Amino acid sequence: MIGVGKIKQYSNVLDRPISKGKQEVSLSAFAFLFSELVQYNQTQVDNIGELERRLEDAGYAVGARVLELLCHREKGNRRETRLLGILSFIHSTVWKVLFGKVADSLEKGTEHEDEYMISEKELLVNRFISIPKDMGAFNCGAFVAGIVRGVLYNAGFPAVVTAHFVPVDGQQRPRTTILIKFAEEVLQREARLG
Amino acid sequence: MAPVAPKSGDAIFASVDRVNAELFTLTYGAIVRQLLTDLEEVDEVNKQLDQMGYNIGIRLVDEFLAKSNVSRCVDFRETAEVIAKVGFKMFLGVTASVTNWDSEGTTCSIILEDNPLVDFVELPDNCQGLYYCNILSGIIRGALEMVSMKTEVTWLRDMLRGDDVFEMQVKLLKAVPEEYP
Repeated sequence: MIGVGKIKQYSNVLDRPISKGKQEVSLSAFAFLFSELVQYNQTQVDNIGELERRLEDAGYAVGARVLELLCHREKGNRRETRLLGILSFIHSTVWKVLFGKVADSLEKGTEHEDEYMISEKELLVNRFISIPKDMGAFNCGAFVAGIVRGVLYNAGFPAVVTAHFVPVDGQQRPRTTILIKFAEEVLQREARLG
Repeated sequence: MAPVAPKSGDAIFASVDRVNAELFTLTYGAIVRQLLTDLEEVDEVNKQLDQMGYNIGIRLVDEFLAKSNVSRCVDFRETAEVIAKVGFKMFLGVTASVTNWDSEGTTCSIILEDNPLVDFVELPDNCQGLYYCNILSGIIRGALEMVSMKTEVTWLRDMLRGDDVFEMQVKLLKAVPEEYP
């Protein structure tokens, strides 16, 4: 009988070849997992602010790793040094890999120089989630805000990232906006680079 | 309505919405990391993962039954085959195999060669007692309990500990008949 080829066992996980990133799991598997994440964190906190912070921290860990993986795989180990470069990297490449499509829009804030917004009609993570009335403005998109913060921070662009619901006329469910507020040093560096 | 034939795992997987496995892997890693930071004891984390899996399993079985149209399984053998071939394929996109049946047909092993949960993962020295994929054992236990089978699921082989595959032992403790009020 011809032996079935066994996957070669590497002693060190760093020696294993990186996957091409084409493998998929069902959306419901991810939705179940995300709901458990939120439910577990609900038992650990007393208020909504804490819950958002914990989801963001979880997302931060994902973001840091996504940046490493994508820089190596998609961009041949080149890293972005300009603000618009990293923003369009997040808006197209990161979003495409994680959620299967580019983000709906990327806008610069009108009131402040250091604010940018990525908007999405319906965030993948929020698709099966409904927020009870007593939780007010809580948005599970805090997880995605954490991912963005993780990518930005590890790329050298520290920022405060939050997720907000923005009601849209004519649509039943509000649109989600990820608001990115860059730290002072990022803007100064950007100005110096011209 | 004419009875619909059961669909194969591949067909169902092709018809459901899918997401990138890496998002799934990284999210699971974030969960395990949070649990390790909060609970600190590896046994507690194992128990919590099992509990989370149980919560998922009791809801997952509804979706599974709705999407796959499998007819009622005659015995535990068929149940295990269906879990491995249809269930794993439908949710995780990988196929598992069933081996090591005991003489009575109540215990079997489900073998996973490819596991999207553990991509990029290495267990550090201080977490050697951790069953990283314990959520899977909770899911199977929860799902089977909702279809009237009390089971016990344990890990026999774990790739993160140096074995070559993931092997779960599923033991049927008893079949609980449905009670009507």
